[in-house]
Amino acid sequence: MVAIATEATMQKSRGRKTVRGLTATLQAAPLALVLGFFFLLPIVMIAVVSFWDYDFSTLYPDFITTNYSDTLGSWVTWKTYLHTLKFTAMVWAATLFIGFWVAYFLAFHVKSAAMQMVLFLVCTVPFLTSNIIRMIAWIPVLGRNGLVNTALIHMGVISQPLEWLLYSEFAVVLAMVHLYTLFMVTPIFNTLMRIDRSLIEAARDGGASPWQVITNVIIPLAKPGMAIGTIFVVTLVMADFSTVQVMSGGQSASVALMMKNQMSLLQYPAAAANAVVLLVLVLLMVAAILRVVDIRKEL
Amino acid sequence: MHREKRSLGFYVLATFFGLFVLFLYGPLSAIIVLSLQGPDGGLTFPMNGASLHWFANLFEQQAVGDFAASFQRSLILGLMVMLVTVVVSLLAGLAFRRRFYGAAVLFYTTVGSLVVPSIIVSLGIGVVFQELGLPPAWYSSAFGAHLTWTLPFGVLIMFAVFNRFPAAYEEAARDLGASPWQTFRHVLLPIIAPSLIGVGLFGFTLSYDEFARTLMAAGTFNTLPLEIYGMTTNVTTPVLYALGTATTVFSLTIILAALGTMILLRRRQTR
Repeated sequence: MVAIATEATMQKSRGRKTVRGLTATLQAAPLALVLGFFFLLPIVMIAVVSFWDYDFSTLYPDFITTNYSDTLGSWVTWKTYLHTLKFTAMVWAATLFIGFWVAYFLAFHVKSAAMQMVLFLVCTVPFLTSNIIRMIAWIPVLGRNGLVNTALIHMGVISQPLEWLLYSEFAVVLAMVHLYTLFMVTPIFNTLMRIDRSLIEAARDGGASPWQVITNVIIPLAKPGMAIGTIFVVTLVMADFSTVQVMSGGQSASVALMMKNQMSLLQYPAAAANAVVLLVLVLLMVAAILRVVDIRKEL
Repeated sequence: MHREKRSLGFYVLATFFGLFVLFLYGPLSAIIVLSLQGPDGGLTFPMNGASLHWFANLFEQQAVGDFAASFQRSLILGLMVMLVTVVVSLLAGLAFRRRFYGAAVLFYTTVGSLVVPSIIVSLGIGVVFQELGLPPAWYSSAFGAHLTWTLPFGVLIMFAVFNRFPAAYEEAARDLGASPWQTFRHVLLPIIAPSLIGVGLFGFTLSYDEFARTLMAAGTFNTLPLEIYGMTTNVTTPVLYALGTATTVFSLTIILAALGTMILLRRRQTR
């Protein structure tokens, strides 16, 4: 009798479990469908097309490797990759430095929660406005007759306007730092806010100087946030073409810009081969960073 | 409790933070000021007169670019993306609270959609539409391209929300005899409503300003960011700044409205 009863409940609960599993599957279906069609399928398609042949107007399904040998065999490609990596390293170092100290200030020096929220929003709002406008905004500041040059000439620091401020690699890096630092601030701030304050008390009681607290307690605990920020910044800079194009005035190159130029010439298979190489490189970098942190735990 | 004395470190960091805010907003305020120049104004300081000439100019026929139509397209597209992002992210967030087949794969695909370079997604969608014989357009291919960027943000926000969601409320509702739908409608939904507005805000603004993914997927008619991107190389009058100011003010209005609604909802909850 008891056995039958438990059997019945078990069956019932098993039934409920499948219903729940089915609900969850149905709830996840829209996301899966959208990403399947607009993300996974396009990636697969790029991989396929990268082996196709083409002329000035059409693509011919084929299996040739010349798209890869052309791009990887060219010295220009390698130089462009190195160039892009250089931008990435410079922007990464700058955003990590700025991002950490801004987040640290917000998390540990601003005492009231309301003030913290307001200052954090002040940092966040520009992220929700147009990237291109934020790039264009540097023109009156950095240009030949821009604010910086005028100010420096007035102060007598220089006699001729500095030419390398705008339309230069400096301008590209500056604009990228301007655009992407927030992607560092947010995740680092998030991890810093979750640090148990008693750990810091303990370190202080143990005789650690404020600087030792930062290097031995806070920075190690902030690593997951830094890793997530790094993923954002690295992937954004590796994929950037507009900042490089606008801020260098067409004098500098990046991998994505090279791809964009191939696309405008309708050389899709060549662009696709480049896309595959770039994708593999970016995913390898992300995988390396993910060895430091489990992002699912960090949400 | 004694009041902690502000250390030297505080002042150094406060100055650093101040400079950072100046760095964020300084250039933007420069173009706002320069957009208010007279008809003879140029792209740099000093100001050449003061007027609303360049804002009036926005509504006139342009040699390059059609602002009104592209703004309308971007607005509609942004609203479409916002709606779909909120609904799909909420559903996915609910799904991820339970186990389902392929959950891990779907999670990593979502994260992947965030890290794969935009231009690759754009190229891929362009090629898929071409091979399927579908004409790319802002409301089809570009719409999908935007979703690959907004959905990961939406889903990750929902993840964070549900990770902190106290299960006790739902259990209490269930114990009092509420059906799953009633629990969702009267308990869960009101609690997470502010977060949903946040997701909607992300969905709209990210779509409204997006162009790297739109590039190969927009078809014949441009969205506003593509129009502006095209202008950067061949427009040399402050009309560019006027357009920048107008669209930034529009974005700021949306952001403030969303934040205001979120605060209002939170306040009503605590009462």
